[in-house]
Amino acid sequence: MNETAKQTTLDYTLRLADDSLVLGHRLTEWTSNGPFLEEDIALSNVALDYIGRARMYYAYAAELSADGKTEDDFAYLRDERAFRNLLINELPRGDFAYSMVRQLFIDVFNSMYLPKLMQSNDKTLAAIAAKGIKETQYHLRRSRDWTLRLGDGTDESHRRMQKAIDSLWGYTHELFELDELEQQLVVQGIAVDSTKLKAGWLTHVEGILAEATLKRPEDDWAVRGGRSGYHTENLGHLLTQMQFIHRSHPGCKW
Amino acid sequence: MRASGIVQDNAVWLKRLTHRKQSQHPEIWAILDEVKDPEIPVVSIWDLGILCDVSLESGQYIISITPTYSGCPAMDTISADVTAALNAANIDKVVVNMQLAPAWTTDSLSPLGSRQLLEYGIASPQNKVGGCALTPEVGIRCPRCGSEQTERISEFGSTACKALFKCANCLEPFDYFKQI
Repeated sequence: MNETAKQTTLDYTLRLADDSLVLGHRLTEWTSNGPFLEEDIALSNVALDYIGRARMYYAYAAELSADGKTEDDFAYLRDERAFRNLLINELPRGDFAYSMVRQLFIDVFNSMYLPKLMQSNDKTLAAIAAKGIKETQYHLRRSRDWTLRLGDGTDESHRRMQKAIDSLWGYTHELFELDELEQQLVVQGIAVDSTKLKAGWLTHVEGILAEATLKRPEDDWAVRGGRSGYHTENLGHLLTQMQFIHRSHPGCKW
Repeated sequence: MRASGIVQDNAVWLKRLTHRKQSQHPEIWAILDEVKDPEIPVVSIWDLGILCDVSLESGQYIISITPTYSGCPAMDTISADVTAALNAANIDKVVVNMQLAPAWTTDSLSPLGSRQLLEYGIASPQNKVGGCALTPEVGIRCPRCGSEQTERISEFGSTACKALFKCANCLEPFDYFKQI
């Protein structure tokens, strides 16, 4: 790999890593706060899958950067503007309905994205995707079940689910946009062309929402910026919590 | 206890076995047979399918291991245990390498590992009833009494690789090593 290709692949890998880490961290906020024990364990398990995925991506990024950086440097020593996660991942966990709707949107997305990434010319990214897709199948089955149960449940659960869908919908458009860097990597067969996944994603999500007696919102607003480092006010707060220990005790090992 | 239904010869397992038999370093594999999974201490990392390869490069042994789930928190411990086991046998030059492909699957389990799981009280995917790829809602054979009258309590159990079931016959809850 020449230096330019290495740098663009590194940047792309960090984007995928940041998506996984930030969402994984949001899910850990449910640990010991779940509505009941099994659900608490399930949410923590899903969080672990995402953080594990993030570690594999960061470890690969460290290998590509070849300047002595480790996965921890990427996770703990970068500031908000250097993070490149899609915004939907960083939004606060909200109530259980909100967390489940976000998982549904992202699980359906990953169930389409990872099989494409498995075909990447980059062997390491393909291998990480091959591990991830197996976990995503379990995640999706669960978020779909919850969507049906809560959407078609009580008036209160239905109301909360619809509210969550309406407030998250505007953050889903960004999932299907490519900037120049990713377009370039799509041409090289390394990145996934997520613009091509949107129609399938909509069909899949609309099907589940309809079955759950929930309404798909209008496309009347959209928020974007994660891939260029422009975040909502929430990411900074998340990072202060997540990075605090590491930054307070530089170089500490145990 | 019924231990029937354990598949003896799936392709993934047979491929691993052949690979090991062709290795130039049988003594290293034998030492590593003593390294158990930290969370299921009755099953070796070989029988669980975590140990993938042993090779020798310029006087240094390279041991390749693969995680079951992406976030398996036991990998650091396993890596340290592998090094310690070899050091104890006076083999000092050891590098443990994390291998991602091919992704671990429950088919990597050896028939012995599957039986050991069962005896330990964990149902393994090789003895499930029916062909559903993901965890079924009912019908995982109870590792304690052998009944198939069981139901799923939770898709996610005490570790990432397990789901939780309950037996309607002996009323005991049990872990199921879920198929991936």
